[in-house]
This record gives sequence, structure tokens and C-alpha cells, in this order.
Amino acid sequence: MRQHLPPDDPRFIRIVPALQETPIFQPGQHVRVLERFPLGHYRVPLYLRGRIGGVERLVLPAIDNEEEGFGLNAGVKRHYYRIAVPMSDIWTDYAGSSRDQLYIEVFETWLEAVHDA
Amino acid sequence: MHEQDHDHDHDHHDHDHDHAEISATERPGYFDILQAALEELLNERKLVTTAEIERQIDVLDSRTPALGATIVARAWTDPDFRQQLLADGRGTCESLGITFYDDTGLIVLENTETVHNLVVCTLCSCYPRPLLGLPPEWYKLKPYRARAVIEPRALLAEFGTIIPDDVEIRVADSTSALRFLVLPLRPKGTDDYTEEQLAALVTRDAMIGVVTVKANDERVAA
Repeated sequence: MRQHLPPDDPRFIRIVPALQETPIFQPGQHVRVLERFPLGHYRVPLYLRGRIGGVERLVLPAIDNEEEGFGLNAGVKRHYYRIAVPMSDIWTDYAGSSRDQLYIEVFETWLEAVHDA
Repeated sequence: MHEQDHDHDHDHHDHDHDHAEISATERPGYFDILQAALEELLNERKLVTTAEIERQIDVLDSRTPALGATIVARAWTDPDFRQQLLADGRGTCESLGITFYDDTGLIVLENTETVHNLVVCTLCSCYPRPLLGLPPEWYKLKPYRARAVIEPRALLAEFGTIIPDDVEIRVADSTSALRFLVLPLRPKGTDDYTEEQLAALVTRDAMIGVVTVKANDERVAA
């Protein structure tokens, strides 16, 4: 996957990437899906809002599908993160192994860091 | 653009009975008329041409589960290819000439002895169309979409797929730019199968993760 890495070659070490080129979260980190309820076209299912998951991997930077839905694509890209949430954290009465997980990709604007998870 | 399906199923090509010539005998329904009206308007305003619509139907018709099955069989028989496919699903398929006309990414999810993957789109009907073609009707309906994330084990059991408790279930809910293809477990007793024979075992449903792949003798026994 293409993402910004610090260059090995010292001639390129002074390159400063733009903010949205650098992922805010890293694999292994815990994140919370924001609990907000805007109207319109949104790509975060209701059942996941407010849930905490672990970042499994970063996904290639992409434009914001939600803005695009309203014709507001200004060409700015941010990262998607594929996160894993334990099924038993989503459904209190989940019938199945406690190791079962839900995996989903969530756009950066919908996540916040969890520091005590 | 909303993903719109034309209303026929591609998975019953192997029926062995004759049927009457297909012709329109009933009055068109509300959505048939809506579609025709929209198409005519788009044409008239020169926004979308008939040729473009026909081309897109050709694009979709060229994508069938056989394409995905070929990829799966190759991954089973070629470890380097398998590694590439798992590392970069879309790039690996593109290197074979499979285009991603909808500009979606592809992650290939590998089933193992300890992990079983299931694919769903709870918000709509996201599906790895570039590789599998159109999704089955049930994939787009709310009972499947809701139950896949609420009670995947009970849902799988109704497909005849019993996942032992010590096998972790990973449900992939695809919500935007990514699509998912399940790389099923290669069935036991297929060591002497050719790549083509293996591909013939791989079903559409196995690549969504609702069933497992069975060898021919298992199918007879079942």
C-alpha cells in the first residue's frame, strides 16, 4: 500500500508531507467510531457508532465518499482504516465465540484515538 | 452513481430443461417504466448514450464467478501467487487483465483452520463485482445483511455451514471503496487435482464465505 514513509536517502529527508497524507492512526492502535448522527448519505453503519476497535490495517488514501455523495469532492484524500471490533462488544447477547470479530473500513473523519483501551 | 442491478440471475445457466422463447408478455412494472424513461431522458440530453449502457452491460456480463474461481484455484496451486494476491488483491488481479471498472480496492481474505471469513454489505450491496459479477438476490436483502453481523453462526448454519467454536469468525462489512473476496480452504483429498479441476469446485457462495468448498466425493456423500 502506498503511504508516506520517512525516506532512507538523506537527500529527501527534508520533505514535509501534507497533513492528510500522513495517517493519524497506526495498526494496533485502538480507535472509537464517533457517535454522531448527521443526516444524509453516511457510510458508517449505526450499529458501530460509539464502538471501540483495533486498527488492523491502513487502506490506500481516498476521497471522502460522504462528501462525494453531495458532489463536494475537492480532491482531498484521507486514509481509511480497517478496524476490528469484537462481536461481543457490539451485541451484549452475541451467540458465538468470544473471538468472533467484525471488520470494517472507516474513514479517518469518523475515528478518534482511545488512549486507555 | 448508485449501484443498480439489472434484474436477472446469472447462476442458473446450467439448467437442463427447455423453456419457451423468452418474450415480454406482461405489462411492464413501475420500475421497468421508470428505467426506460430515465434511459430515454439521459439519451435525449446526451448525458449517457445507448452505446455506453450496452457497453456497461457487456462489462458486467463478462464478470462471473468463474473468474473468481480461476483466481482461487491459482492461489491454491501457486504459493507465490497466493502471497501476492493476499498482499495486493487488486494489483494482482489487474496484472492478469481483470480491470476494476468501478475503481474499488480488493482485499482477499484467507480462510484457515482457525479463521472463517464472511462478506456482507450492511448499508447496501457492495460486492466484488469486477471478479464475481452481480450478487445473488439474497445478498442484497435485509435478512442476510442484518443477520450476517448479528448472528453469523446461525446464518451460516442455514447455508449448511457449521463453524466449530474454536474457529474465529471474521465478518467483513464492506462500506465504501473496498471489496472483499474469500479465499476458501482447499478441500482435503484434492492433491492430484489440476488447477482447472480445482476451479470447478469453487462456487460463488464459497467466495462470499457462506459455504465451504467440497471435493467431488464429499459432494456425492453429502
